[in-house]
Amino acid sequence: MSQRYDLAQGSTRELNSWLHHYNGTGESAAWQVVNPNGAHNLAVGLDAPITVDIEGHVGYYCAGMNKYAQVTVHGNAGPGVAENMMSGLVRITGSASQYAGATAHGGLLVIEGDASSRCGISMKGVDIVVHGSIGHMSAFMAQSGRLVVCGDAGEALGDSLYEARLYVRGNVAGLGADCVEKPMKDKHKLELEKLLCEAGITGADAGEFRRFGSARKLYNFNVDNADAY
Amino acid sequence: MCGIVGLFAKTPEFETQLGYYLAPMLLEMTDRGPDSAGVAIYRNPVPEGQVKLTLLATAPDFGWGDFEYGLRQAFNGVTGLWLNGNHAILTAYAWSAELIAWLRANHPSLRINSSGQVIEIYKQKGLPAEVARNFGVGQFVGTHALAHTRMATESAVTTEHSHPFSTGEDLCLVHNGSLSNHNRLRTQLMRRGIHFTTDNDSEVAAGYLTWRLREGDSLEAALERALVDLDGFYTFAIGTRDGFAVLRDPVACKPAVIAETDQWVAMASEYRALAVLPGAEQADSWEPAPGRIYSWSH
Repeated sequence: MSQRYDLAQGSTRELNSWLHHYNGTGESAAWQVVNPNGAHNLAVGLDAPITVDIEGHVGYYCAGMNKYAQVTVHGNAGPGVAENMMSGLVRITGSASQYAGATAHGGLLVIEGDASSRCGISMKGVDIVVHGSIGHMSAFMAQSGRLVVCGDAGEALGDSLYEARLYVRGNVAGLGADCVEKPMKDKHKLELEKLLCEAGITGADAGEFRRFGSARKLYNFNVDNADAY
Repeated sequence: MCGIVGLFAKTPEFETQLGYYLAPMLLEMTDRGPDSAGVAIYRNPVPEGQVKLTLLATAPDFGWGDFEYGLRQAFNGVTGLWLNGNHAILTAYAWSAELIAWLRANHPSLRINSSGQVIEIYKQKGLPAEVARNFGVGQFVGTHALAHTRMATESAVTTEHSHPFSTGEDLCLVHNGSLSNHNRLRTQLMRRGIHFTTDNDSEVAAGYLTWRLREGDSLEAALERALVDLDGFYTFAIGTRDGFAVLRDPVACKPAVIAETDQWVAMASEYRALAVLPGAEQADSWEPAPGRIYSWSH
């Protein structure tokens, strides 16, 4: 039996404080949120294994800093969805705007539509699976984690990348500085299959993807420069 | 940060509700721009041969009666002067250039917000709610409209610095972002005879389009060229006689979302401004791609 919160009758602050009651308790609960109408900051800062279903489109920073919770947006998400997520699962059934999953440390972000520019910028361990395509400058300075794109990737993919692994099935408009295509070994196909399965994406064969990563040729990768500090 | 909204009616029924929906869209963008607001509405086209100007009196005690008397002495083709707050819609059988030259010479304190056959531009310093109330935005009936809420970054908070900016006959521009090469561009455009009234960066973008269109570019060609010549961040919405266009710079960090149904097409800085529209939740909606021109016309 899930609790229902109607944002047409309430406020973002009140909703979030209800959801924060569970923080640190380890308790589970189920919440359904209706009439989001593009509101910002919904379900941010959760720190408990609860499920939150948001019925409609959301604005900026939905499910930011998420820990343990499963947040599903039944609609589109504005900029910065699941920004700095630590763990848990955030699913967007529509498309997401800029910098989805930015700086996120862990957990899984699934976008069933497209993600726009700067998807996974500076990601630090999160896994992001996009069923559609992603925009330009995605995975810029991505440090670790995996970004899976079943559609196409925009310009400057993976610019100044560190250790994150990028898998793209479609066309890549262009690679950013120091980002190169790398061979798909069996272990990569295996981890990709697992990710697609976890994301609930069917009809995408791991064998159709290409892998991209860092060539490790930029200044910061050269040990001779370590003396400079 | 600023807020932009645009609304385009696809049916005659929706035209009658244009202002009814535009006003709450504008109010929803108050957080993005509480400094000033403005609306460009396309309605009540004047008959062939007439011009329509939107005038703004910057002096609080401007004498519209004396003004009208002098105007009718100078131009016998004046067909109407309709006051709306401190704005007035002037219609006349006249050349707009001649009329504007007379206004500038005889009433330098009057601002000419727009000229054309269809467009009217209302703008004012203060909260969007005040602007919507003062000019009766909620009652507007028209084919399409653009509106802007401003959070000033590049220049002062005054009515003169508010958007929309006129870019020529029945054309206007609203801008979210900031241009970095506006000073040099303004100097270049002034040498080409483009008139500026503020030090605002967005007015330079408007002046740039005015110049290109005057040189014979189509709106599409002018915008393609703007992508090369304008340096900075922008989401532009450009109102034309028949519709509107949307353009984001290639980096596209300023937000925009477009949605369309059988009744309407709308754009806004954020989805929450579109959420007030009938059927918004089920509408086709997408984020406009960087450096790509989107346009609709009747």
